[in-house]
Amino acid sequence: MCVCCASRHNVATCSIPCATRNRARGWPTEPDGVHVSKFKDAGHLVRLAIACAIVLVVFLLVRAYFIPKTFGEYGHYRGAALSELSSKPLAYAGHKACEDCHADVLEVKKAGKHAGVNCEACHGPLAKHAEEPASMVPQLPETAVLCARCHEENIAKPKTFPQVASTQHSGGVVCKTCHVPHSPLLQPGDKKS
Amino acid sequence: MITRRKMLMLLPAAAFAWKYVLAGTPEMASNYNRSEHWWGMLLDIDKCIGCGNCVRGCATENNVPEGYFRTWVERYHVPGWRQETPQVDSPNGGKDGFPPSTAVGGKNFFVPKMCNHCAESPCTQVCPVGATFESPDGVVLVDETYCLGCRYCIQACPYGCRFLHPTKHTAEKCSLCYHRITKGLTTACCENCPTGARQLADLKNPADPIHEFLKTHSVQVLKPYLATGAKAFYHDIDGSVR
Repeated sequence: MCVCCASRHNVATCSIPCATRNRARGWPTEPDGVHVSKFKDAGHLVRLAIACAIVLVVFLLVRAYFIPKTFGEYGHYRGAALSELSSKPLAYAGHKACEDCHADVLEVKKAGKHAGVNCEACHGPLAKHAEEPASMVPQLPETAVLCARCHEENIAKPKTFPQVASTQHSGGVVCKTCHVPHSPLLQPGDKKS
Repeated sequence: MITRRKMLMLLPAAAFAWKYVLAGTPEMASNYNRSEHWWGMLLDIDKCIGCGNCVRGCATENNVPEGYFRTWVERYHVPGWRQETPQVDSPNGGKDGFPPSTAVGGKNFFVPKMCNHCAESPCTQVCPVGATFESPDGVVLVDETYCLGCRYCIQACPYGCRFLHPTKHTAEKCSLCYHRITKGLTTACCENCPTGARQLADLKNPADPIHEFLKTHSVQVLKPYLATGAKAFYHDIDGSVR
């Protein structure tokens, strides 16, 4: 009978730490009976600590490898994405680039009803032309198609916007026969009675 | 021969020169300061003529695949007083313009749609990897090199502004032409809009006319009850628009 836990086993094999068992094993015992050799299995703890440290180091290495350098620079995303997105190439040069060279057209346009229409809205994307004029010569738009895109009659268009039913309006004659696209309003003398 | 004294004297000069070497990189060469801007868009229903220039311009500028849209135009027909049942069509996103309407009477108008660049965007909140985000200047962007293509953001967007790119298999959306606005240009849709129905708005720039417009005109955002902090402001919008 174990004097320690009152079980049938030998006191030497009892798992409960107590002064009686320590004495039975020949281990020293403190006055309050605490098991002084509680670090007997410290080797296990050291191995556990090493294993944890290895796991932590591996985790940190893997994390450093997979997470992009700039992640978290501005928030929960890759900071470098901002400069990548802003460095994409342009297709439309913007009206200022057009006006730098084509000031004469700008003068005509400013005086007319198309003053607010930017050049590339009709002439298409011309960033390449703005960068190197000789590399790309813009094609003249087909006014029969172009003008109708905006001015063809449609019930959903604002009532104040000038609209025509093109077949009735011109009978198939292309718009630029009468209208100058850059300043389309006909002169008083040109208007049909 | 360079003495230690001369070397020490040269160091500050070298440091000063290095600053200019670094300035040659694209990131630092730009005088664009993200903290000085907060981008949004003003869309004027009264001015939209449904020409589709914005849709075509956006597709060209951003290589949007055929059949998909970063921006599109809808035509509304509200026949009676009931706002719940408008008739809406958008053939090919309005890219080819609109055929003559068969509608008679009622209210008829065009509504340009796009990403609302929400300040509290539902799409960025659901991204599991941080591939979509709100930039410091208020633009909701997608990092296509980091996107998994899980489509959570597409489901989360209450405005239907996202799609999965058919060949890249990553989420796509309006970037508010981030590559243009950071260079001092306006967006491709605004550049192409012949009537000024779309206007890029810098809500942090006091000189931007948007401030005066917002103070003096009635504007509304789409689905305000969702509290997404949408920054696409619609002028004179009808209650039937969803």
